[in-house]
Amino acid sequence: MSENFFVEIISPDQSILRSEAAEVTIPSYEGQMGILKDHISLITFLRPGLVVIKKENEEKKFFIEDGIVEFKNNNLLILTSTSKSLESLDKNLLDTIIKDSEKKMSDEGISDKEKYLLSHKVDTIREIN
Amino acid sequence: MPSLDDLKKRIKSVKSTQKITKAMKMVAAAKLRKAQESAEKGRPYSKKMQNIILNLTKSISNLENAPKLLVGTGKDEVYLCVIMTADRGLCGGFNSNICKLAKNHLKKLLSERKQIKIITVGSKGLDQIKREYGKYVIKKFSFKEKKQITFKEAEIVGREIIELFNKKEFDKCIIFYNNFKNVITQIPQAQQIIPAEKMDLKDGDKQEEQLSYEFEPDEDEILEDLLPKNISTQVFKAFLENAASEQGSRMTAMDNATRNAGDLVDKLTINYNRSRQASITKELIEIISGAESL
Repeated sequence: MSENFFVEIISPDQSILRSEAAEVTIPSYEGQMGILKDHISLITFLRPGLVVIKKENEEKKFFIEDGIVEFKNNNLLILTSTSKSLESLDKNLLDTIIKDSEKKMSDEGISDKEKYLLSHKVDTIREIN
Repeated sequence: MPSLDDLKKRIKSVKSTQKITKAMKMVAAAKLRKAQESAEKGRPYSKKMQNIILNLTKSISNLENAPKLLVGTGKDEVYLCVIMTADRGLCGGFNSNICKLAKNHLKKLLSERKQIKIITVGSKGLDQIKREYGKYVIKKFSFKEKKQITFKEAEIVGREIIELFNKKEFDKCIIFYNNFKNVITQIPQAQQIIPAEKMDLKDGDKQEEQLSYEFEPDEDEILEDLLPKNISTQVFKAFLENAASEQGSRMTAMDNATRNAGDLVDKLTINYNRSRQASITKELIEIISGAESL
C-alpha cells in the first residue's frame, strides 16, 4: 500500500500545486507540524514559514505568509493568499521584506500577535537567505 | 430625401463606428479569455474556504458565543449593500442589470422600514445608484487605474466592510455582482456575506458530517481568523466573476453593434445607389425632353 496522500495548495487566483506526498511539514500557528498519511482530520492556521513537501527523493519548499490548512480523508488542503515556491524568490525581494517587517516590529502600536507573526516571518526569510 | 453627399457622409461615419466596435469586440474577446480563466481558477479557493467554515460551524458547540461575523448581531435593522459594477461602459446590460437588481432590493428593504447603507465598487454603478439612493452611499471604491484586480484590492474592500461591522454600523451585508455563467449569460446575484448564509447541504455531504476534527488552536480562534479572510475571499470572487462577466457582456454587445452597423451600411448603400440612379435618370429625361422640344 502506498504511503502517499494528496496535497493541494490553492491561492485565490490559481491552484498552485496538486500532487502526492509522503510527508508534509507545515508551519502551524503553534509550531511546526509534520503530517503523514492517515493523520486525524485537522483544521489549523498558519504563521509565516516554510511548507515542505516530501515525496520519495523529491522535496519541494514553499514560503507562506498566512493561510489555513484542512486535512481530511488523506487530502491535505492548504489555502493561502501568499505562497511562493522557493526557487522563484529573489534575494532583493527578501531583503525588502525583512526591512519592512523589522520596521513594523519596532513600531510600538502593534499587538503581541502581530509581533509574533512578524518575527517568524523574519526568521524564516533569514533562513532562506 | 437626403442628398447624395449626405448619404455618403452617413455611410462613412457608420463604417468608422463599425471599425471601433469591431476593435472593441476583439479586445474584449482577448481579455475575456484571461478573465474567464482567472475566474475559474479562483472558484476552488472560495469554495473550499466555505467548506471549511461549514465544517467548523458544525462543530461549534454553543452558538451563542460564536463570532458575530458568523451568526450576525441578532438584529435585523441596518443593511449594508455592496454594489459591484464595472468602471467602464459600453458593455451591454452589464451595469444596468446589477443596478436593477440592487435597486429592487433597496426598494424592498426601504418598504420594510429597514435602514440601508451603500458601498459602491466601480464608477458606473455609482452613477446609476446616485440618482435615487445617493444619500445612502457611505463609501465608494474605484479601481479604474488598476489594470488587473488582485487579492489586494479585494482585501481593501473586505477590510472596510469588517471595520464597519466592528463599529456596529450594520447588521447584515449583501453584495451584488454578476455571476459569470458563460459568454452570453451572466446572472446578476445578491449574496449575503454577513452573517454567513446557511449553505445547502447536498446528500453527498451528509456522510462528512460525522467527521470530527482536531483543531489547533481551538475552533473559536480559527473562526475569528478565518471569517474576516472569508469576507475578502467572497469579495475577491465577486471581483473575478464580475471581470469575466464584464468582458463577456461587452463582447456580445459589441458583436451586436458591429452587426447592426453592417446592416445599416447595407441599407444606406442601397439608398445611396438608388438616389444616384434616380438623379441620372432625371438628368437624362431632362436632356431628352429638351432635345425633343427643339
